[in-house]
Amino acid sequence: MAEPIIEVQNLVRKFGPRTVLKGLSFTVNRGDTLVIMGGSGCGKSTLLRHVVGVLRPTGGSIKLFGQETTCLSDEALAKLRLRCGMLFQSGALLQSLTVGENVALPLIENSHVAPDIAELVVRMKLELVGLTGFDHLKPAEISGGMKKRVGLARALALDPELLFSDEPTSGLDPIMTAVVDKLTQDLTKNLGMTAVVVTHDMVSAFRIASKMIMLGVGPRAGTIIAEGTPDEIRNHPDPEVQQFIKGEPDGPVPLKLSSENYLKHLLQDPG
Amino acid sequence: MVVIGVQAWPMTALTSLSLGLTLAMQAAHELSQFGATVLVPDLISLSLLRELGPLIVAVVVIGRSGSAVTAELGTMRVSEEIEALEVMAINPVRFLVVPRFVAMLIMLPILTIFGNCIGMAGGWLICNLSLDMNTANYVMRLLEAVDVFDLYSGLIKSFVFAWLIIIVACQTGLAVDGGAEGVGRATTASVVNSILAILVANAIMTAIFFIY
Repeated sequence: MAEPIIEVQNLVRKFGPRTVLKGLSFTVNRGDTLVIMGGSGCGKSTLLRHVVGVLRPTGGSIKLFGQETTCLSDEALAKLRLRCGMLFQSGALLQSLTVGENVALPLIENSHVAPDIAELVVRMKLELVGLTGFDHLKPAEISGGMKKRVGLARALALDPELLFSDEPTSGLDPIMTAVVDKLTQDLTKNLGMTAVVVTHDMVSAFRIASKMIMLGVGPRAGTIIAEGTPDEIRNHPDPEVQQFIKGEPDGPVPLKLSSENYLKHLLQDPG
Repeated sequence: MVVIGVQAWPMTALTSLSLGLTLAMQAAHELSQFGATVLVPDLISLSLLRELGPLIVAVVVIGRSGSAVTAELGTMRVSEEIEALEVMAINPVRFLVVPRFVAMLIMLPILTIFGNCIGMAGGWLICNLSLDMNTANYVMRLLEAVDVFDLYSGLIKSFVFAWLIIIVACQTGLAVDGGAEGVGRATTASVVNSILAILVANAIMTAIFFIY
């Protein structure tokens, strides 16, 4: 029987007067790879931050490993986070530490392993993301794509049961994208890891996903407009979904304002 | 992290030296009108130990280290590094704030003692060169004028200052929001607020010591 790892119900988040997430619900089972898609600024990263527990929702319920996290204390949340790894959009490496120390950080701070074992694990994880020999460099000395891969190595350092990736493949070359995708697939298939991936890259999304959700833009921002397996999404009747996965410039999501609105907008009194 | 203090030595030395020199010159000028230039060492040592030493060293450290701590933590907040620590179940306060806190609490009093010594050396220069007071005489007057409690009161002050500076710097840094501009604003706010805080705290503590 499939064991639910993440259960999100009716998640609502408001920033001031703006409602960013308007009642989202979904479930992710063990071994699944959930891909979250949607236009820029539709709330994908915000959603991810809520699931990890960095941000607290205005309303609704989030369960990780069957445990409600929305009202959990910081200590209990920290314990739960040891079972998760997260890759940030920009890598979020500590600038004052070298690449190797960054990857070793969760090991040394949380599991008190001996330094030589930590070093061994660091080498293994860096090899996984194709960065052997870079461990003595500072994050400022490597490229954006490399930072992202180091971030992935760090997220995997504690062998998490649940991996969150915020755009893991943006800024990577096609070969490295394939390597990272293969890595995610291997970990979910062979080790039973669960992954939640936010991505814009449709090739990589359809390659790794076992389940997809898509968030709307414009008037439907902050809601799930499509949910299902990659095949179901590929044949989804919603024209907005079709426009997004095919990457067409014009469709239900308009490229520009209509000529009438454009004129109105242009001549609007700025006051 | 102890670099917070060690690299501040030259600047502390320079400010304290000029402070000692100016104090001695002013005192010599005014006191010579009463023919009381023998009291110059008393004035220098008391004002340095009780008030000016801790204060001027604290201001130097705010400018050098308080602002640096705020800018560093603020940049880490802006570039998601603090969030990353939280997600790795590493408490950012324990990992980032505590070492800086300890460094500041140890280094500021040490720098204050150092600054006091340099300031008095500055006073000695003036007394020796322009007042015909020899070294032995100067040291004797110092020892006679100064009480151990004067030293303690200055050190207690510098402990309180250290505590205030690092709390303000870390709190402002961790609360940054709004990109590079936010970091700049926070750094300014941190410097202004810590200087205000130590000035007010200084007045309060002087009042308490005075009554005591």
